[in-house]
Amino acid sequence: MSTSSDERKLLPTGHERIDHLEMRGIVKRFPGVLAVDHVDFDVRAGEVHALLGENGAGKSTLMKILYGLYQANEGEIYLNRRKVTIKSPSDAIALGIGMIHQHFMLVPSLTVAENVALGLKSSREPLLDLDVVSARIEQLARTYGLQVDPSRPVWQLAVGERQRVEIIKALYRGAALLILDEPTAVLTPQEVDDLFATLRQMVQDGHALIFISHKLHEVLAISQRITVLRDGRVVGSVPTAQATKAELARMMVGREVLLTYDVPPVEPGPVRLKISGLRASSDRGTEALRGIDLEVRAGEILGLAGVSGNGQRELAEVIFGLRPATAGSVLLDGQDITGKSPAELNRLGMSYIPEERMLDGVIRDFTVAENLMLQEHAQRPYSYHIFLNPRAIAQRCANLIRNFNIRTPNQETPIKSLSGGNIQKLVLARELAREPSVLIAAQPTRGVDIGATEYIHQRLLEQRARGTATLLISEDLDEILALADRIAVIYEGEIVGVVDRAQAQVETLGLMMAGVRHETAAG
Amino acid sequence: MPPNLFHSPRLDRAIDALMPLIAVLLALLVGGLMIVLMNANPITAYRGLWDGAFGSKNAVADTLVKATPLLLVGIGICISFRGGVVNIGGEGQMIAGGLVAVAIGLGYKDADPTLVIIACLVGSFVAGAVWGGIAGVLKAYFNVNEILSTIMLNQIATFGMMYLVRSEFIDPRQKGAAAPIPETERLPRQFDLPRIGGALDDLYRWLGLSGEGGTQWGTTLLHNGIIIALVLAVLVYVLLWRTTVGYRIRAVGKNPRASRYAGIPVRRYMVLSLVLSGGLAGLAGGIQLLGVRHRMNAEGGAIAFTGNAGFNGIVAALFGGLHPLGTIPASILFGALLVGGNKLQRTVQVPSALITALIGLVIVFVVGSDIFVRRRSRRRVTVSVAEATEAAEVRASP
Repeated sequence: MSTSSDERKLLPTGHERIDHLEMRGIVKRFPGVLAVDHVDFDVRAGEVHALLGENGAGKSTLMKILYGLYQANEGEIYLNRRKVTIKSPSDAIALGIGMIHQHFMLVPSLTVAENVALGLKSSREPLLDLDVVSARIEQLARTYGLQVDPSRPVWQLAVGERQRVEIIKALYRGAALLILDEPTAVLTPQEVDDLFATLRQMVQDGHALIFISHKLHEVLAISQRITVLRDGRVVGSVPTAQATKAELARMMVGREVLLTYDVPPVEPGPVRLKISGLRASSDRGTEALRGIDLEVRAGEILGLAGVSGNGQRELAEVIFGLRPATAGSVLLDGQDITGKSPAELNRLGMSYIPEERMLDGVIRDFTVAENLMLQEHAQRPYSYHIFLNPRAIAQRCANLIRNFNIRTPNQETPIKSLSGGNIQKLVLARELAREPSVLIAAQPTRGVDIGATEYIHQRLLEQRARGTATLLISEDLDEILALADRIAVIYEGEIVGVVDRAQAQVETLGLMMAGVRHETAAG
Repeated sequence: MPPNLFHSPRLDRAIDALMPLIAVLLALLVGGLMIVLMNANPITAYRGLWDGAFGSKNAVADTLVKATPLLLVGIGICISFRGGVVNIGGEGQMIAGGLVAVAIGLGYKDADPTLVIIACLVGSFVAGAVWGGIAGVLKAYFNVNEILSTIMLNQIATFGMMYLVRSEFIDPRQKGAAAPIPETERLPRQFDLPRIGGALDDLYRWLGLSGEGGTQWGTTLLHNGIIIALVLAVLVYVLLWRTTVGYRIRAVGKNPRASRYAGIPVRRYMVLSLVLSGGLAGLAGGIQLLGVRHRMNAEGGAIAFTGNAGFNGIVAALFGGLHPLGTIPASILFGALLVGGNKLQRTVQVPSALITALIGLVIVFVVGSDIFVRRRSRRRVTVSVAEATEAAEVRASP
């Protein structure tokens, strides 16, 4: 009897199962903020328990406590009903807890096997045992459908493959419980399907999985239970079978949320932005853009879909005069603007919402007002000659803060103490206040909570109705499908196809994002 | 969030404002221990320090004269550090300013003194601006580290001065003679910066404050350089916080990438910060020449002319929170330490190195207190933002 139950407790990797893990009354305080407020959370072997919540809801903090990266101020953790203390990630790993971070922790120049072996004792010290490691990796890969070649260097791998290496790394170290922090954020739809297949296999074999996400449909697709966090507290915990998207969104945000928008038909006007044969180099000197042709009309949102790192950032930078083009041209209303400076483009009615808002969009140490004035400060009435006019500036900022619903104690608050959503609203306010004729919006809602996302989307649609030509660059296909009139897909610096939203299908777009040409993908 | 009964914003801010003073007191306390270890009486020592710096009209005048170049260099440092460039070239820029001033003064000995003084001051500003601007251009357009280039330019200026003073600029009376210290002629006395003691006495008399005997400041060496420096400190404050130019300098300093994205010509403003910073240091050199030295000599390196103000000005600026108005009391404090240190040395027979150590202690404690204040204010901001957001949410929900 006892032997058979012991056998049942073993995972295919040969490690012991974690039948039940429970976090009780967890509290984590940061100076001035209660990040996690008396949270109870548990997960069992053979289930995916999804942790849902907006940015800053406390999901990551809670999981970092479980993985030993943070220490809780209060509360206990029980593993198989036994109280444990986890002081560091190595404690967590020893207990069979693994974590896949949003940002991969791999050494690009090392091979897959070397990455997996990193930090582990070799079976024949002081020599390496990479052959043993490779054999074991291949065995794990077969069991869980995680295809990787152990001998390839990591820098050659695509994002989806790198994630598989991370999962193998965790399994190799005996993870019975795996925490996945926003694992789908960087994947194409097909890669998401592959990942989900692997996760289902793991659940079947008796692993316990915690899946952190803010994407409702993914959570509904993969999990058995869903716990929603808001402001550090558990709002509710429901079996997935009884959950609906609208209900979950309401729990996350605390009010009703629009999940789809009424996109009123707007008759597209003349071509505002015309890009032809555009080529440019990446920071490393490799060719990032390989002949891009695009047109954006007035009153139209052109969505540029694609997996991160396929030339989106370089395209936006070339258009906005921040990176030189090696060939081709950009026309604004028929006028050649290739290589013009950002200041000139601002004057010509172009706005840019940069992807890295903390790096490129705002000045962290400046106040809300100072950040709102980054472009217009030299114009009347905000300054006369070189002297700033504080009254006019204060008035304009007060208007923008009100009109764009920026939540800040006052104009003099340093911007770094605002939330990501509010910072993005500020950038949006600054860029849209100019009534741009062309808007380049790069990842406008990345890392922004649902409430602010909804707001930003509404503003982009409003701008469309006013005749702005918008190039919406996003890795979030849902966002593009919700807003764009036409969708272009970029892959390795080339446009693989442009489709109307009405004809767009997620599967086709997914194939295109993986580099399959539109004609073949549709056929 | 429960209100904290012991949490008073006003008290918090008062503590923050007093923090530099507390830091100085702590530094003096530790310095006192050092004096005790040297078998001297710290109370006598500090009384000597105080008397030396503020004990008489002459002492106060000396302190202010010493503070003047510190303040000018310091407000320049405020501009450059706020603009994200580290100007370590104050020494070289002061020398460049001094050399141009001495050249103009000796070249136009018979011209109208007021015009010559103005020309010397403007010329010294331009010379320092060029000297700083070289480092600015190298940084902005050739990506040369400005810390290295300004230090190198210090050396070039120092040796250039030595060469010029030995050759072109040498006092004609020394020519051919084996002079112990090669030096320039003294500038004609009518080019000395006007002393302001007499005017101060008039002011005292007008206010009915002067006692028997009347003149008290009239005999001191206080010249109007301190007035120029104080006015410029206010102007630099206006520049940095009330003009588009200053706004852009600060934006470029805090985040050149975002500034570039917003259409600010980042390189030009980088150069401008070093030009202005160097110009103010150059002016410090000109004022040092017209107000104190009246000639340049080839011995003793840079320090003989600058008195290390090119470096100490950086310390004064940091102590003043990189704020031009804060740099005013900071410069006076360091001027007082320098002047009082001499007296201290004479009264209690401690080595003058003690003053250097004391200044070092002040810096360590001030920098430490600054980190302390910043951490406190960050905590405060987080709390207030959290509260405000909460309040906004309460308002938003029906």
